[in-house]
Amino acid sequence: MIINHPLLGPRDAAEFVYLGDASLIDRPDWQDPDAAEKFYEYGYLRDNPAGQHQELWYHEQGDRSWLVVTRDTLSHEITKVELARDVAKARGRDK
Amino acid sequence: MSQINRIDGGQIDRSKLLSFTFNGREMHGHPGDTLASALLANGQILVGRSFKYHRPRGILTAGSEEPNALVQLRSGARQEPNTRATVTELFDGLTATSQNHRGPLEFDLMAVTDFASPFLSAGFYYKTFMWPRAFWEKLYEPAIRSSAGLGRLSMQDDPDHYDKGFLHCDLLVIGAGPSGLAAALTAARSGARVILADEDFTPGGRLNSETLSVDNMAGADWARMAVAELASLPNVRLMTRTTVYGAYDHGTYGALERCTDHLADSGGKPRQVLWRIYSKRAVLAAGATERPIAFGNNDRPGVMMASAVRTYVNRFGVAPGKQVAVFTNNDDGWRTAADLAARGVSVVAIIDSRDKPAVCDVPGARHIRGAAVKDTVGRKALKSVTLTDGQVIPTDCLAVSGGWNPNVHLTCHQRGRPNWRDDLQAFVPGDSLPVGMQVAGAANGAMTLGAALAEGHAQAARQLDALGLTAKGSAPQAEDEPRDCAGFWHVKESAKRAWVDLQNDVTVKDIKQANREGFRSVELLKRYTTMGMATDQGKTSNIAGLAILAEDAGKPIPEVGTTIFRPPYTPIPIGALAGRARGKDFRPYRLTPSHKWASENGATFVEVGNWLRAQWYARPGEQGWRDSVDREALQTRQSVGICDVTTLGKIDIQGRDAAEFLNRVYSNAFLKLPVGKVRYGLMLREDGIAYDDGTTARMSENHYVMTTTTANAVLVFRRLEFARQCLWPGLDVHLISTTDGWAQFAVAGPNARNLLRKVVDEAHDLSNEGFPFMACGEVTVCGGMPARLFRISFSGELAYEVAVPARYGNSMMDVLMEAGREFDAVPYGTEALGVMRIEKGHAAGNELNGQTTALNLGLGGMVSQKKDCIGQTLSKRPEMNRDDAIRLVGFRPVDRSKKLIAGSHFITKGDEAIMDNDQGWMSSVAYSPSLGHSIGLGFIKRGHERMGEIVRAMSPVHDTEMEVEIVSAHFIDPEGDRLRG
Amino acid sequence: MRYSALRILREGLTGNKGWKPVWREPDPKPDYDVIIIGGGGHGLATAYYLAKEFGVRNVAVLEKGWIGSGNVGRNTTIIRSNYMLPGNEHFYEMSLKLWEGLEQDFNYNAMVSQRSILNLFHSDAQRDAFVRRGNAMFLAGADAELADEAQLRRELPFLDFDNARFPIKGGLYQRRGGTVRHDAVAWGYARGADSRGVDIIQNCEVTGIDVENGVVRGVQTSRGPIRARKVAMCVAGSSGRVAALAGMRLPIESHVLQAFVSEGLKPVLPGVITFGAGHFYVSQSDKGGLVFGGDIDGYNTYAQRGNLPVVEDVAEGGMAIMPIIGRARLLRSWGGVMDMSMDGSPFIDKTHIDGLYFNGGWCYGGFKATPASGYCYAHLLARDVPHPVATEMRLDRFKRGHLIDEKGQGNQPNLH
Repeated sequence: MIINHPLLGPRDAAEFVYLGDASLIDRPDWQDPDAAEKFYEYGYLRDNPAGQHQELWYHEQGDRSWLVVTRDTLSHEITKVELARDVAKARGRDK
Repeated sequence: MSQINRIDGGQIDRSKLLSFTFNGREMHGHPGDTLASALLANGQILVGRSFKYHRPRGILTAGSEEPNALVQLRSGARQEPNTRATVTELFDGLTATSQNHRGPLEFDLMAVTDFASPFLSAGFYYKTFMWPRAFWEKLYEPAIRSSAGLGRLSMQDDPDHYDKGFLHCDLLVIGAGPSGLAAALTAARSGARVILADEDFTPGGRLNSETLSVDNMAGADWARMAVAELASLPNVRLMTRTTVYGAYDHGTYGALERCTDHLADSGGKPRQVLWRIYSKRAVLAAGATERPIAFGNNDRPGVMMASAVRTYVNRFGVAPGKQVAVFTNNDDGWRTAADLAARGVSVVAIIDSRDKPAVCDVPGARHIRGAAVKDTVGRKALKSVTLTDGQVIPTDCLAVSGGWNPNVHLTCHQRGRPNWRDDLQAFVPGDSLPVGMQVAGAANGAMTLGAALAEGHAQAARQLDALGLTAKGSAPQAEDEPRDCAGFWHVKESAKRAWVDLQNDVTVKDIKQANREGFRSVELLKRYTTMGMATDQGKTSNIAGLAILAEDAGKPIPEVGTTIFRPPYTPIPIGALAGRARGKDFRPYRLTPSHKWASENGATFVEVGNWLRAQWYARPGEQGWRDSVDREALQTRQSVGICDVTTLGKIDIQGRDAAEFLNRVYSNAFLKLPVGKVRYGLMLREDGIAYDDGTTARMSENHYVMTTTTANAVLVFRRLEFARQCLWPGLDVHLISTTDGWAQFAVAGPNARNLLRKVVDEAHDLSNEGFPFMACGEVTVCGGMPARLFRISFSGELAYEVAVPARYGNSMMDVLMEAGREFDAVPYGTEALGVMRIEKGHAAGNELNGQTTALNLGLGGMVSQKKDCIGQTLSKRPEMNRDDAIRLVGFRPVDRSKKLIAGSHFITKGDEAIMDNDQGWMSSVAYSPSLGHSIGLGFIKRGHERMGEIVRAMSPVHDTEMEVEIVSAHFIDPEGDRLRG
Repeated sequence: MRYSALRILREGLTGNKGWKPVWREPDPKPDYDVIIIGGGGHGLATAYYLAKEFGVRNVAVLEKGWIGSGNVGRNTTIIRSNYMLPGNEHFYEMSLKLWEGLEQDFNYNAMVSQRSILNLFHSDAQRDAFVRRGNAMFLAGADAELADEAQLRRELPFLDFDNARFPIKGGLYQRRGGTVRHDAVAWGYARGADSRGVDIIQNCEVTGIDVENGVVRGVQTSRGPIRARKVAMCVAGSSGRVAALAGMRLPIESHVLQAFVSEGLKPVLPGVITFGAGHFYVSQSDKGGLVFGGDIDGYNTYAQRGNLPVVEDVAEGGMAIMPIIGRARLLRSWGGVMDMSMDGSPFIDKTHIDGLYFNGGWCYGGFKATPASGYCYAHLLARDVPHPVATEMRLDRFKRGHLIDEKGQGNQPNLH
């Protein structure tokens, strides 16, 4: 597969390390009253869709960026590649 | 034997004679020959035995689809089983032997199985060989296994080497037949970066085998001109002997180039190169494969594909027979008859299954309309054929044409399905092609030369347009030859076995039986009968089998579907896929900065991940590794020892929020670590399991240096980057791995300070007050060289770690050893390091194994409940905090002379030794030279409450058990006086 | 029709025209006691044991395509019970014992071949881990044998002992491990279930699961609605998709595992050899092909195909330990979609919906589990309590913090 890195252009997927669903960005608040349940869901349950999937890839053999790649799990077509930092910020993550 | 079947003409170089042997018999051929054409030229009709029934087989095709003519090529360690003679380029000195027979090829003892064939029909083995049960492994299976398989490995290491390469292009053209050449010319003339790959050693595809014209010249001549033009263009890479074997995601193709297979000796060059081709666009021009018709005894040597017969005559100047008969269901078969007659080869009959007039005039040949061959005679070489009307025609070569199948394989590698075309009676590429691919020519169902050329040009133009380039030139011109084809797959009148898959010996009857037994999906049919599973992957058999199944089931062919085409298109040597990554080069070595010093000073090295580390340093007179390790550990504890610990991961952490960041990634508190101090830290995974440990030093206000374990150096860094970029992107913190930047040495033992005092520049206070336990700082050594000093201890002794820029690492080892001479300083390796850490009860990889919690490790107190950290919440889950959780404790043998065994399991005395009573396991053991006996660390339920209890440590794989006592894991200096001294 | 050598003789003499369909092709009835979604190895085994051992015969197996078209038809055929943790080892040892009597039990030769499985180790730490594992196997009543380098040199002289990047220091054998003709397992179970009255319905895709007030009522299919008292999902590889029909999210990701076979060769390998440090395992089929594989590709996918880096990685692993295979050719590669679970271990459990059951999460170890999975799932379906060897394979174990993590990789499915 080829991942079109937003800073570096097209790169072989072999340069990257795969983590999983980009929902892993959405780490719950430890002080939430339902923290135990929310961390369980965060850590263990997945949508695992057959189709569009937002997922985290790490450019380990490159610039060490974490990327959010939107990829179809049936065709492997990649429609979007973003810096995970930007996605995280857009989802309201900060400090 | 002389070349009795050689005739005039062809693209062979008659000025040179090549010698080769087949089954030890010397034969001759010419450059330009394949092994198959040379065998035919020498009159060798019988070339092998079939897989199951050991039937005599000859050469069926002239291409990579060959199911029968498989030989063992070369000898010794280069022996290469299952090599298709039809694509093996002849070279001087070639040796080949036939396969899969006991006794000589002509008198195969295993042929007896053919007589038992009524009892060996499809799937017979699923219904018997079940009694008695023990006989399967002992009797039945060995018998099956020794008769199965085809060729033989040499059982020696492959002496050749293989390379890998990466190529990029605008347009990849797969296949250099007429449509591929037309596509490549169009693209090349338009300035695109083009790669043209073809599996043959002479580009041109069928043009080399036909007598058709292109642009008013002989097709083969036109192909040569086209190739010459392409070769002259700088934007074209022409790759012959190169098979594009797989279509992968996003325009990536796998290709195998055979570099020296056509030479007697590779001359030290790589045998083959595995290319990964990154294409923006691709044109698949893979042509088509002619398919047989199934009829009784259609597997006799001498029954060949009509197009192959044409190839041997036109391209190789070989007549496969003296009296050739043609059996066809389509117009194309007639061209074989016409071409042969034109070259003076006698054609005795054209048997056309269709009741229609002659397609062309063939002098001397009888045209038999609406008839078919139902049987043949001639066990080792064809003698005659019998027609459905009973007449017998003497012939020594039957050229069979059942129509053509487009080579759609690569269009389906991403699970696209082909479409059926009734007018062609064939599958053509479907609607779902790999991204960026277009198909041209016969592969796309453009079955005539004029159409193939036009489509090659048109598809290239389409791809150029997509690339933003303008197509130049026009399509080469040729006439469209007649191509009518009937859907005629097998001869129903045949009473004898009619073969569909010639390599795996699958017959029409087998297919019908499978249908009768319910194996009606084509995939079930394939699996039950093994049709299409041989080395040719059913290139000549699958569609016919499918058609016969459809007919038997009373369904239209497209409803039955096709099996899935899987890479590779043709088989690829495993050595080529591995390339240079074998032997010592399997993975790169990482060497420590003092590797040179260590290797000059008697070190034995051990693989630690990709690192090589000194395991111990043997001295003369030492009887074994234990002598060296005991000495190193004792001398370190008694005086001072030095160890290269560079392999530990080192991460530089800077930024205003670095402390906050550390506080979140470590389970214990880090906010209040003062400048100039080091703290031990424990990291959890988010699931609450202990992950890694190490120390982090605060070098200045916003600058920290973290160490990780060797094994997790890369992984921890990755996780920290994840936390930094994905979880807390607002924190001002930056990370860089400096594992390779700094050489780091542990200097441990009572004399460590005295030694370092001689190395560290005087300005720096090393006194216990000035630089106490867990102090750190920037220092200079050796008169001004910048270094970092940490007072940390893994050994439990007064110890420091000193880091210098990596390029000074080897010299630093010299300096430290020289300074330590007066203290009898020793270098120590990973074994002594391990002994000392077990003596101190420190967890390492065997304990931090990804299955243990902080609680299990006795570090429960290190998970702060006052703050968030990675893993904090999930570490609180109830079953991870059970009262009877395993705890890390120490063990010693009750009989001190016994040696503990890592991996032993603990059973409470009096309990039965079964898994339900399992109390835990021994994780690490060592001989403690300080204590004089074996010691161990291990996990046992409620271990912390069981001090002094004697339990059984069992190792049934060693057939042994012993009694061990549960003790504190801190075997040496439990109060820690030494390291603070 | 009972199969025997005599039957083959009789049929052979009469032109092999008397063979009967191995299973019927019934139309679906309007309702069943149990519907099993998925006609793979596990689903068919479940049906077989439901009918044979638990007397539940009003059962339908619904298969989207053709039976055995999932992972039972595309695995590398290995059976073994060399696990370490109690939650797994009892289960897999039960499975191995069922394999040992399977062919006589269902009168079908699945070519269960106990040719041994060997796991190589290359360092002291790996040895310690294998000793721990081997001893656990012993305690669970399985067999294990620790082999040192000298023994392996004698038994497997073709391994690269002298020039290896990671020298072979020994290995852990399980002599009772081996291989099975994988497709035949599906066919044998199908035949056995069919003959006991189970309806095996091919080309019948489940498109919906009917639930009323928290109770399952049946399923919607491409061949119409079918009612049932109990509905049992058994679709590893597609678990996410089918469970979504019931609104469930699972601790599972779908990944592709590629597998490979070489051209046929005369006997090379005595048993199964696993080179964990290099991501390579290999055996030789009765037809002579070297059957081998390695790691999963590593990204979520439902496409039954993989990519080149893993193909090359696996070949590198092969050449690193046995450079004799350099001139053997890879004939075919394929991919199967794995239910990769969060701790590398499977689930056989009820769901939050009454009457709806789940079997999945087999990672790349589902084939060897087929008999025990079928047996334990049948037990659960028939009696509504887990079979004793499957008590830990619960869906709620992560919430409780009870992990069955053999590899110690945590909640990252692609590392198991």
